[in-house]
Amino acid sequence: MEPTNVRDPNYFHRVVDCQWACPAHTDVPGYIRLIAQGRFDDAYMLNRASNVFPGVLGRTCDRPCEPACRRGRVDGDPVAICRLKRVTADLKGDIADRLPQIPQTSNGLRVALVGAGPSSLTVANDLAPLGYEITILERYDRPGGLMRSNIPNFRLPAEVLDAETGAILDRGGVSVRYNSPVTSLRAVLDEGFDAVYVGSGAPRGKELDLPGRHDEVGESHIHIGIDWLESVAFEHITAIGSRVLIIGVGNTAMDCCRTSRRLGGQDIRVMARRPREFFKASPWEIEDAEEEGVAIVVNHAPTRFVLEEGRLVGMEFDIVEWDEGARHSRVVDSVTVPCDDVILAIGQENAFPWIERDLGLEFGEWDLPVVDPVTFESTRPGVFFGGDAAFGPKNIIWAVAHGHEAAISIDRHCRGESVDERPPAGLNLVSAKMGMAEWRYHNDYNPSQRQQMAHLDLASRFRSLDLEVELGFDPDQTAREAQRCLNCDIQTGFNASLCIECDACIDICPVQCLTITRNGTEEDLRTRLSAPSENLDESLYVSGPLPQTGRVMVKDENVCVHCGLCAERCPTAAWDMVEFTLLAPRAGADVVRIPVGTAKGEDR
Amino acid sequence: MPSIVKPLIPLAPLARNDLGLTIRDYEGAMSTLCAGCGHDSITAAITHALWELSTPPHMIAKLSGIGCSSKTPTYFVRGAHGFNSAHGRMAAIATGAAAANRELTYIGVSGDGDSLSIGLGHLAHAIRRAVKMVYIIENNGVYGLTKGQLSASADVGTRPKKGETNVVAPIDPILLGLSLGATFLARSFSGDKEQLIPILKAAVAHNGLALIDVISPCVTFNDHEGSTKSYRFMREHEVKEVVADFIPEREEISARLSGGGRRSVTMHDGSVITFRSVPEGYDPTDRMAVEAYVREHQSAGEVVTGLLYLDETKPSMHQVNHTPPSALNRLTFDTVCPGSAALAELMADFR
Repeated sequence: MEPTNVRDPNYFHRVVDCQWACPAHTDVPGYIRLIAQGRFDDAYMLNRASNVFPGVLGRTCDRPCEPACRRGRVDGDPVAICRLKRVTADLKGDIADRLPQIPQTSNGLRVALVGAGPSSLTVANDLAPLGYEITILERYDRPGGLMRSNIPNFRLPAEVLDAETGAILDRGGVSVRYNSPVTSLRAVLDEGFDAVYVGSGAPRGKELDLPGRHDEVGESHIHIGIDWLESVAFEHITAIGSRVLIIGVGNTAMDCCRTSRRLGGQDIRVMARRPREFFKASPWEIEDAEEEGVAIVVNHAPTRFVLEEGRLVGMEFDIVEWDEGARHSRVVDSVTVPCDDVILAIGQENAFPWIERDLGLEFGEWDLPVVDPVTFESTRPGVFFGGDAAFGPKNIIWAVAHGHEAAISIDRHCRGESVDERPPAGLNLVSAKMGMAEWRYHNDYNPSQRQQMAHLDLASRFRSLDLEVELGFDPDQTAREAQRCLNCDIQTGFNASLCIECDACIDICPVQCLTITRNGTEEDLRTRLSAPSENLDESLYVSGPLPQTGRVMVKDENVCVHCGLCAERCPTAAWDMVEFTLLAPRAGADVVRIPVGTAKGEDR
Repeated sequence: MPSIVKPLIPLAPLARNDLGLTIRDYEGAMSTLCAGCGHDSITAAITHALWELSTPPHMIAKLSGIGCSSKTPTYFVRGAHGFNSAHGRMAAIATGAAAANRELTYIGVSGDGDSLSIGLGHLAHAIRRAVKMVYIIENNGVYGLTKGQLSASADVGTRPKKGETNVVAPIDPILLGLSLGATFLARSFSGDKEQLIPILKAAVAHNGLALIDVISPCVTFNDHEGSTKSYRFMREHEVKEVVADFIPEREEISARLSGGGRRSVTMHDGSVITFRSVPEGYDPTDRMAVEAYVREHQSAGEVVTGLLYLDETKPSMHQVNHTPPSALNRLTFDTVCPGSAALAELMADFR
């Protein structure tokens, strides 16, 4: 194999599994180390640089980082990354003076953002400090989008959301027109903005057109999940019947059933067509629902709404059996489940009735606008899409990632530059060495188990919709969980020219991830490593020829726990532990630069 | 010294030997030697060899004298017995221990100072007595613990880090062993575990004293230009012509034994050592030929490594002395003190 190029920002980035998996590339090990040092403000700011809403995401993120976490490969349980993110938000002090400065005078460029949801807010966050005049057009009287309307307060307290939207909206450069649903894109374009960004989400809940759906007379007891949650959030709905059926198995279904429990529902069932392993909801959200007494019923396919005298009394289901892999089903029985209300939470979709089709903005498959997946530009230059509005429903963290990229495009568009040319990512490498066998991080492996978050007790929980269920980590849990992190960003850097092939690193490595052997193809090398190479997704770090024998040093990145023992036992410092910082591109900077030697958590 | 103890990572299940133990069960305390010391690689090789042989840790006795080398028994098989003797006296203590309890596997670790200077007499007598033990000399040519003075194994012309070039002829443990009638003589290099591990396994199986001279560079005092025991010198001057495979008694051996240029020797316990890549005409059981071969390469400035000499016919200490078949501590009182009648009979012989 060719020697690994560690100057390629992607190489070490991939080793930081959590950061690589995070759509916004949050510097997870960096902020966890800052937490361990008690530097909560610094940890929060490092988070905010990537994901903008640490307090919100620390409660609601879908956590793509956690299944990727190296710790999960070591002892089965990933680091509770999301919970630690919340710790930074819970324990931070006043960070107002550390937020990006908004210039007194504008740069004369005006950008409209449709919707005040997470992706639009991210665009505003990135562009306002550059002097742009941002105008946000929001349908409701409060900002937040889906974070406000679809995530119940018992999971995300309003004050947390207010603080983080306020950090963007209340500091100048951004004005919001509340209660202003956009009914015509043409009208927006006619206002002469230099760019328009559509971050209006995927606001339409999917219908379930079964017999009886529209036969109710009087007040309907069949609800669309996201609309119902929105009505609850804005206090238009304050009660529900005692027997509630939820159709659907996503996170919206979990929010619906838990909200029902707080609005008077007693007998609540989530009805699923397929077996449990095919549920879309995050496992922890299902657990939380079950803890609250919600029944999860699998293998029930809805067939019709049962009405008596024009009023919903139940729902009929086929009981089905699935083949292996749950591709084909067979009906074995049918059953009628009595109920007072049904909530449909079977997905949501985009809808753009307000975009005229003669604006040069091309629509493609599913009647959705054609959007470039890199630049987020539509086929009409200067009109950009992001968040759920671009590629359908995903999670908040994706909306944030889209927002950062779209902000780069908008900035380049407004400056008359090609949006297709993207600023490159950079990297910073700083030795973590402090002295003999002394490092800038805690390198010992901590065998603690993943900490369990305390929940508000069931008796008090249902008293109000606003009582947050998850109580956060206490200081002891925070300390333990932070030490579970393996510091994957503290990389093993190897300088082949210094190696004397003494084998010290190979002998000391607790996971046998190092091998000195003759070079070969990747496939061949993987058969000759000290420990069996089982995870082909993880890279091999291959050195150039070693000075004495011409063999190569090979490191299987899969199993390394970043304990630094190789570097401590290396007599020539051929191995060193090096802190890797990804310099993700942002709007307004062709290359992100930080002064040499700046450590994570220090203002740049 | 490392800042942390090598952690036990509950990653994928580690391989287990016949006793159900993992390699980690054969490790010891964290080494306090200099980073990059050859001795630590030898420690790792011993760990591997004993784990692969499935030797029960409690049936192993580790012995050493004084010096950097003599610290190393602490760093392998933490469950074994151990004795850290006075300087140069490791061989004497091992002889006594082996006499008393022949059931243990004796691993003696010593250095060039401990064995070739202060303890040379004890080494010579342990060879002479054919004590069944593995005798490892971790040979770096300097006294590392006292800041790197040249030792008795330093070659003529070798330069210390500070001071004068050596003019005194070295003692070569292999040639010494040949002249004293040793039955298992090997030389290896700490940076070559592929060679060292099979030699160590064969040494454990040998019925007598197995002397292994392992060139083990001292990274702090003897790994520079002008040293003949540095990593670089060994890589440039090692003649690895005598390579051995150790095949334990119960393993399938037919496939390994086929092919030319090989020679097999059966050990007393039924294990087989196969010599491969042996130079034309090399006979590892011909004492005089081996001596000539080693001397010839020595004068060419080369270091011949491998299992160089093996004699499985010579009886060991216990056979020579007709000692009981079990450890002395398991003899019953009746055996140790057979009574007045037996004494009278014995005395009658002297009349």
